[in-house]
Amino acid sequence: MMASSYNAKEEDGHHSGAPAHGGAAAAAAKSKKPDNTAFKQQRLPAWQPILTAGTVLPAFFVIGLIFIPIGIGLFVTSNNIREFEIDYTGVDVDSPCYSCARNFSWNNTAPCLCSVDFTLEQPFESNVFMYYGLSNFYQNHRRYVKSRDDSQLYGDRSALTNPSKECEPYRMSDGQAIAPCGAIANSLFNDTLELYHIDSNGTRNTIPLVKKGIAWWTDKHVKFRNPGGNNNLTAAFRGTSKPVNWRKPVYDLDPSDPDNNGFINEDFIVWMRTAALPTFRKLYRIIQKKAVTTPTLPSGRYVLNISYNYPVLSFDGRKRMILSTISWMGGKNPFLGIAYITVGSICFFLGVVLLIIHHKYDTRNNSADIPN
Amino acid sequence: MSYHLYTVGKPTAERRYVEKYWKEVRVGDFIRLRCNEILPADVLLLSTSDPDRLCHIETATLDGETNLKQRQVVRSFFDLDCDFDPLKYNGIIECEKPNNDLNRFRGYIIHRSGRRDALYKENLLLRGCTIRNTEEAVGIVIYAGHETKAMLNNNGPRYKRSKLERQMNVDVFWCVIILLVMCLFAAVGHGLWMFQYGDKRPVFDVLSPEGTDLSPIMSAIYLFLTMIIVFQVLIPISLFVSIEIVKICQVYFIHQDMDLYDEETDSHLQCRALNITEDLGQMQYIFSDKTGTLTENKMVFRRCTVAGVEYSHDANARRLAMYQEMDSEEEECTSHGGTLPRRDSVTSHHSAPVVVLRSQSTKSHRRTGSRAEAKRASILSKHTAFSSPMEKDITPDPQLLDKVNECSGQMDFMRFHSQPMSQLPSDLSDIIDFFIALTICNTVVVSSPNQPRQKVRMRFELKSPVKTIEDFIKRFTPSRLTSGSNSSSSSSLVTNRSSNKGCSSMLSSPSAESTLTKLDEEHPRGGLDQAFSPAPPSYDGKLWNLEEGELRYEAESPDEAALVYAARAYKCSLVGRLPDQVTVELPHLGKLSFELLHTLGFDSTRKRMSVVVRHPLTDQITVYTKGADSVIMDLIKPPNTGNSKGKRQKKIVYRTQNYLNLYAADGLRTLCIAKKIMSKDEYACWLQRHLQAETAIQGREELLYESALRLETNLQLLGATGIEDRLQDGVPETIASLRKAGLQIWVLTGDKQETAVNIAYACKLLDPEEEILTLNADSQEGCALLLEESLHYIQTKFLCSATDQAAKAFHANFAPFEIYPSSSPPSSSHTIPLVVHRLGLVIDGRTLAYALDKSLEDKFLAVARSCRSVLCCRSTPLQKSMVVKLVRNKLKVMTLAIGDGANDVSMIQVADVGVGISGQEGMQAVMASDFALPRFQYLQKLLLVHGHWCYSRLANMILYFFYKNAMFVALVFWYQFYCGFSGSAMIDQWYLIFFNLMFSAFPQLITGTLDKDVSTETLQQLPQLYVSGQNSEEYKPYMFWMNMIDAFYQSLVCFFIPYFAYADSDVDLFTWGTPITSLALFTILLHLGIETKTWTWMNWLSIAFSVALFLTVALCYNASCPTCYSPSNPYWTMQRLLQDPLFYLLCVITPVAALLPRYFYRACQGTLFPSPVQVGRQLDKLPAETRRNILSLSRVKVGSPLSPEPPFLSLTKPSPKGCNKKDQRGFPGSETSQAKKGPVLPADEETGQRSPLEPSDSEMGPSDIYTLVPKEIDAPPYTKDAPPFLEERRPPSDKDSECLDKTLELSERSLSSWITSTPLLAQTDCVQLTLPPDGGSRCVKYTRNSEERLPLDHAVHPAHGTEQMAEQSLHITL
Repeated sequence: MMASSYNAKEEDGHHSGAPAHGGAAAAAAKSKKPDNTAFKQQRLPAWQPILTAGTVLPAFFVIGLIFIPIGIGLFVTSNNIREFEIDYTGVDVDSPCYSCARNFSWNNTAPCLCSVDFTLEQPFESNVFMYYGLSNFYQNHRRYVKSRDDSQLYGDRSALTNPSKECEPYRMSDGQAIAPCGAIANSLFNDTLELYHIDSNGTRNTIPLVKKGIAWWTDKHVKFRNPGGNNNLTAAFRGTSKPVNWRKPVYDLDPSDPDNNGFINEDFIVWMRTAALPTFRKLYRIIQKKAVTTPTLPSGRYVLNISYNYPVLSFDGRKRMILSTISWMGGKNPFLGIAYITVGSICFFLGVVLLIIHHKYDTRNNSADIPN
Repeated sequence: MSYHLYTVGKPTAERRYVEKYWKEVRVGDFIRLRCNEILPADVLLLSTSDPDRLCHIETATLDGETNLKQRQVVRSFFDLDCDFDPLKYNGIIECEKPNNDLNRFRGYIIHRSGRRDALYKENLLLRGCTIRNTEEAVGIVIYAGHETKAMLNNNGPRYKRSKLERQMNVDVFWCVIILLVMCLFAAVGHGLWMFQYGDKRPVFDVLSPEGTDLSPIMSAIYLFLTMIIVFQVLIPISLFVSIEIVKICQVYFIHQDMDLYDEETDSHLQCRALNITEDLGQMQYIFSDKTGTLTENKMVFRRCTVAGVEYSHDANARRLAMYQEMDSEEEECTSHGGTLPRRDSVTSHHSAPVVVLRSQSTKSHRRTGSRAEAKRASILSKHTAFSSPMEKDITPDPQLLDKVNECSGQMDFMRFHSQPMSQLPSDLSDIIDFFIALTICNTVVVSSPNQPRQKVRMRFELKSPVKTIEDFIKRFTPSRLTSGSNSSSSSSLVTNRSSNKGCSSMLSSPSAESTLTKLDEEHPRGGLDQAFSPAPPSYDGKLWNLEEGELRYEAESPDEAALVYAARAYKCSLVGRLPDQVTVELPHLGKLSFELLHTLGFDSTRKRMSVVVRHPLTDQITVYTKGADSVIMDLIKPPNTGNSKGKRQKKIVYRTQNYLNLYAADGLRTLCIAKKIMSKDEYACWLQRHLQAETAIQGREELLYESALRLETNLQLLGATGIEDRLQDGVPETIASLRKAGLQIWVLTGDKQETAVNIAYACKLLDPEEEILTLNADSQEGCALLLEESLHYIQTKFLCSATDQAAKAFHANFAPFEIYPSSSPPSSSHTIPLVVHRLGLVIDGRTLAYALDKSLEDKFLAVARSCRSVLCCRSTPLQKSMVVKLVRNKLKVMTLAIGDGANDVSMIQVADVGVGISGQEGMQAVMASDFALPRFQYLQKLLLVHGHWCYSRLANMILYFFYKNAMFVALVFWYQFYCGFSGSAMIDQWYLIFFNLMFSAFPQLITGTLDKDVSTETLQQLPQLYVSGQNSEEYKPYMFWMNMIDAFYQSLVCFFIPYFAYADSDVDLFTWGTPITSLALFTILLHLGIETKTWTWMNWLSIAFSVALFLTVALCYNASCPTCYSPSNPYWTMQRLLQDPLFYLLCVITPVAALLPRYFYRACQGTLFPSPVQVGRQLDKLPAETRRNILSLSRVKVGSPLSPEPPFLSLTKPSPKGCNKKDQRGFPGSETSQAKKGPVLPADEETGQRSPLEPSDSEMGPSDIYTLVPKEIDAPPYTKDAPPFLEERRPPSDKDSECLDKTLELSERSLSSWITSTPLLAQTDCVQLTLPPDGGSRCVKYTRNSEERLPLDHAVHPAHGTEQMAEQSLHITL
């Protein structure tokens, strides 16, 4: 048989005119035959979850059992945060700032002063953060958001005198480049807030407000820089003009502290970080805790002195002053805790529903699956 | 880019041939080609080096046929010398405009002399073909470049859009509308927002850069345009890209599937269309060709009848059975064994062509016998078209062999005694004529394996076939003078001497012998002596076999080859073929040369071919005709009943017809062989008109056709052959499982009805238990009546015969997953609740032509739809495509056409998905197809597994995409409420861009490519799961909206949880937007996780990668530049967020809250109302053992969606209403048929009596129990809709049954025609609706023959029985 098969090969190759026909075919078979690999044959080992009441219900219970405690924890944390809020817009006639609010526009040169009294029922123990809050102020408006020049704020000299087109129409004023340019900078919040504690004998104690450390570290040290360093800002900003709505130029924002003046003024930096929602608050000052034993802000009467400069009534806005302590999860916000509790409860409830479904239907199914 | 150099003659310029690029070939160039060169253009052949003025070409690139084709030099150039000189030639060629018809070329050449010569396709060498066996050919370029026929045939890829994509496009359109609505909403909102401020411009409302103030209306209009840009992500452009990527991956996996790889031919499935893979999962109708698709198209000579005597070839049958056995053995072997058996089989295959010694044959069969090997052998030795050992080796019937020997012995004797051949007993002469006809009545080319592709040359001189009258007179007149008597003349002495001389030289050189054979033309009478080679009668097996083994036959169709091989088994072997002469070697008689006067080739209209030869022994002009029995039988000379010869003829015809029916019943292809002896006068008369026809320039085809018709009359029947066209492996199983999958299978074949019906039974297309409606009409009216009648019949019979089984089936719907153990009632354990009409429809080509008429097509469809299987016989390629088109357009269903031959091309192109079988009949079908399969069998896996997967993957991916984009865009939309509809986005612009492109792109691609909802095994074992694709259950219009609603819900959650968490805080825009982006990403990924059914490491990896990519990109991006990326300038945002516990808290709760409803819904669905696919998945999870038990022991009944939906008699949308309502509204034809019933049955009242046959209608046994389950494609099993109660069953009206009786009576008459009846069909119940040729009366033939048939069936199908037994035993061992 060997001989004959050898002959056959000879013969085959000969009369077909193609040498090594059989060999070629074998090679072709090798090349064409698909590989028997798990991947190519779509036989990769796989986890195949089947979503039925029976398989899914543990997940619901687990989610419920995890979420509810987290929610409770968050809720408690949030409730422990002290927060006080006072609206000083002056919409009502009897409110102290009513006249200021009425008479005010951007063009006023003299500040209008008003003061608001308030009482803290409970002492604020740890560091207190003082915010100003604006409502109905659309800092997230598309054209508003982009009306700035980051290069200019970065201290770039060429951008200082020739700001980006994005700043239009707040780019040039009287032939001079506006520094800082753009609508955001132009609408800088310029109310000044001062807080006094009125102690039991009626004396006003100024509460020291720390104005540094309110901006992001990266903003203060990386994103915002004064042109030519912090020395002699007046010279550095020569040839620029102040924004239209501003009373004083940018190098006069905080003349007392060269580290907080010009573009690196933290109030300015905070303002430049545009808020996400039309009702927002921005960190204004920090009240540092002085001693371990005394609360930062003991309960009692306080006076808020406002230098009322910022008009909001034209767009139906509101201005608030907020005092708040913070926790590891930020300011007071019970929502997340409630959400966790709610979702956890729903999961738990659905888990029970699935359990019922599973008992009613799945069992029969299983018995049908395996007849024996 | 191929720069083949070709010698193109520029006679005027350089007087020699120069080499040119293909692109430089121009019309009118003279071109010289050498052997094995490829034709660069369509060339008119003017001269060849071949003495026969022939040029051989291989057309494999055009039609895939590997046999050589002959082309002739233009006739007027015949007389020229061998070296044709282009310089001297001057003439004008006129031909038709460039067209794409490969098989037609007409034109004429006008010579200088003004003579016109017609040009035919035989003169044209087409571009792309290869010159073979011809040293040199010279021609003139007729068409070049893009005008060549090959290029015009190259349509380029067709663009088909899949059903899923069409559905998807509707939803894309909806997306556009949603987008516009959202933009409009935002624009109006912005206008109002602006309006409320009036003239007081707030500080944050920045003026336009020019400082101009816009009115609210203007800014609203601008904002509308802005919003379109912001929201454009909603229109899933990336979806189209992703779909293409996924499809390419799917195609890759289909290509890689081992199960679709055919080891024998070393070919695997080819996806030629890359964009319709998912259509494979939605097929509803399959239109299949029969020959070569269901069958192997390997013709094996099985039995024959000669002169009314049947030779059953039992030994041959046994041998074939052995092949089959070997097959299964080898399959087992390869499945269990490793590489060893394969190597063994390879060697054995090589031995195949040589081991031909009969003594070894048994062994060699055992070694080489498997069909697999045979196939490989035939593929490897491609030059031998259509021959595998199985086809070549035929064990002759001993009885017939004896007769042949006896006959040729007698002829030998008579030759030596110079007796006239007419004295031979007619049965013996019939036998020898029969074999001569088998041998020469074909176009088989003989080649010798020693000189591949070289025809066996038998003589030197060329003599063309009779071409002119003068030629005819010249050649025949002398013979007429001398052929009057058979006494030897003086001239014969000379030839005798020369023959003796030839005798001695013959042994050494075959060419010398051929010179001798040549002589018989000059001396025809003496040719009788010379025609016999003096070689000793070859009974020496060795010598015979040596010679035998060297000859190879190349045939254009496999049955021709089968017949030639069959004849060779009886020692009547074809030795050589030349254009004008065929040499045959006969036992005792040696080599005989038949002068070939004409060959009237086979065509599908005539269904026969003829050769006209001059018989060397009798010197008569003989016509041998071979053709389909239906046509040949009509051409048989009506026997003169007067004399005994006539009586014998009549008997032969009668008997042959009986045997033909028997063969047909056995599923054999039948061919009738007939001959006719013409007198010289008759021939001359015919020749004259034939030559006129041949030379005619206009209407040549028609004239030739008529000429052929004139010749092929008054034939004398010699016998008939039965050729088996074996079913391909696994065809019945495939059909059964495809049918279980709810696919309607129609077989459209050109074969004749009986054969087709029997093949249909063999491949389980028709079930013995079901009734067959046979429609045969020969007029439009008749067809209309028949359709009317069948509709009526179906209605009365099936529509409202609701039994309690239907109710049972209905109840079963509530138990979605119910297993009937074997102990359950036998009725249900035997069958799935009957929802399909047990009806088969058989229609022939002529009736089909009427039925496809505009007026009748609705009715035809109504009838055809209600039948379980439809078989169209005798259909032309055009009809095939018309049927497909009709079904596709009218029923709005997805159609798949599968075929292997050129005749299926039109059908393949028309269907939604065309599948070509890369079989033996060339590549045309494959070229036209979208998918090319090596075997029909693979269709099962392709559709049930890959189709299902592709569909469900893509459907899920598309839905997911819509969801994903909507969900993401909606986040920005919600934000508009909080930014004064200013078009601001809290999501950084780069995140917006990259979100679709990178962050969320990969997991869905992985899932879209790899997700398997159900495993291969389950899909194949439970074909019912395929129904989900047919009903588009994975992607329905409402699902889009559900997904949209879910998307909006999820985006609301993803927006408002961070919103409230950060409400009234000092968060800035992008510090707030970044968590939202992250949340959305996590939600979207987890959503995909819920929808993912199989989690491989790739899925895990892709999701992990997506998250990691997002974080990495965000961190890098946020650390990269403190001044760039205005306006967001997200410097250090992400870094700060990662230090914020709030961020993590949000990341946990938001996705959970967002996905809670979907997860819960999926869980409930999985338990309460699982879809069949989910049930299949549950089945997957079971241990293999249990699963097998469930699948094999009991019927899995998975609610109604799993049972194949019957195409219920409805042309409109099905409704789950009552039965009665349904048939009225769903079936427009019903009312009309009721109305027309009066005129249709005029005799109704007159007879008014019940036929005795009537009871049979009601006692039909198993086939009577039909249940009706209305189609509920749209309603899931848990639907609360009114169940399809069936109380309203319509009692069959008396009138109806009466009319049925009437027709039953009438049917008796139709039995009279024995030719058309098929009494041996193996079905038990048969309703045949035929119109007798006289027209007018309809008849329903109703035969019941259950018991009587059974033994007969066994007798007829012994092989089938054993096969089944073997199969069963195989199953048991498994």
